[in-house]
Amino acid sequence: MNGTEGVDGGWPLFEVFVRGKRGLNHVHVGSLRAADARMALTHARDLYTRRNEGVSIWVVRSADVTASAPDERDPFFAPSGDKVYRHPTFYEIPDDVPHI
Amino acid sequence: MATEADERELRAHFEETVAADRRVEPRDWMPEAYRATLVRQIAQHAHSEIIGMQPEGDWITRAPSLRRKAILWAKVQDEAGHGLYLYGAAETLGADRDDLTRRLLEGRQKYSSIFNYPAATFADVGVIGWLVDGAAICNQVPLCRSSYGPYARAMVRVCKEESFHQRQGYELLWTMARGTAAQREMVQDAVDRWWWPSLMMFGPPDAASPNSRRSMAWRIKRHSNDELRQRFVDMTVPQADRLGVTLPDPELRWNEERGHHDFGTPDFAELARVIGGDGPCNAERVARRTAAHEDGAWVREAAVAHAQRRARRTDDSGVAR
Repeated sequence: MNGTEGVDGGWPLFEVFVRGKRGLNHVHVGSLRAADARMALTHARDLYTRRNEGVSIWVVRSADVTASAPDERDPFFAPSGDKVYRHPTFYEIPDDVPHI
Repeated sequence: MATEADERELRAHFEETVAADRRVEPRDWMPEAYRATLVRQIAQHAHSEIIGMQPEGDWITRAPSLRRKAILWAKVQDEAGHGLYLYGAAETLGADRDDLTRRLLEGRQKYSSIFNYPAATFADVGVIGWLVDGAAICNQVPLCRSSYGPYARAMVRVCKEESFHQRQGYELLWTMARGTAAQREMVQDAVDRWWWPSLMMFGPPDAASPNSRRSMAWRIKRHSNDELRQRFVDMTVPQADRLGVTLPDPELRWNEERGHHDFGTPDFAELARVIGGDGPCNAERVARRTAAHEDGAWVREAAVAHAQRRARRTDDSGVAR
């Protein structure tokens, strides 16, 4: 996802998401170029599901993706960093309490 | 603008990520030389897949049965797919697709020297699958753990598919080897012609491969050229025995002490010549790719015109009502 969009009058870039089978999320599998979304869908089928890898495909223009900053130390994620009490392991309970 | 101190910190973070075997992702900071090395390597790899469609593509109409045609068609289609996965990975580094194509056509970016050899008989189709794709697998499996995330992920897909390529090649040869004497002769002849070029696919010897060490430090590459070449020879010898063909190297023998096969030195002067443009098919391969690109221009333009007209007629999702 670099937001390159139709340079030189070429085809815009699309990101492709495939649902491997029913019950699973769509997962990002890569990108491709196509003249429009409809062509991107058929190209995505030919490129990313030649061996039954999917039952459903989403395509979205790369330029339409809004992303957080890439750096994992970014303060963007800081709010979850100091809240250990959100995890079940934070709580000490006697070993002999059942089903918890 | 990043100050010098910022850059030092970014570089330290990058080095730490790579050293800890974590992956570098597209929008992370990376040294310019790392980016340039990756673009060069991934583009060269993508071009190889696309040019690599030609030697075998020639045989699709001449394959001896519908079964063989269908297999070959699927394989050549896979090569196109591999090229596209890799162009996609190169684009995450800021490379431009049209520019990459131009560089290939103008000879400013290379592709694997192996595809500059002709596929003379149908046995060559089998040998390309067995030896050329076998060597490619040796090279590519470690790239699934390459430090650059999109490249590594593309290689996981490629490697899954290459396994079919190698097996169909071996099966083809296995079938011919149990056929007539003339067919067995064709198989041996193809092996004789492809063995040394296949060994050259691993590149120059380590001592003459100046970029290798840095690529390994950055974990773009995981093993040296000579290590991979040795691995390929060790894997292939028993397969050749089983097939009943002779690998054309009088120095090839098992070395008990090393636990590996000793083998002769490929003609690296030939490798340099073929990379430099003077192989049997260099001009033909690029001319054909250029013709395909130029002949396809109207299709690309028509697709854009069609998309624009559809966009005017429908909502902006691009999906027809």
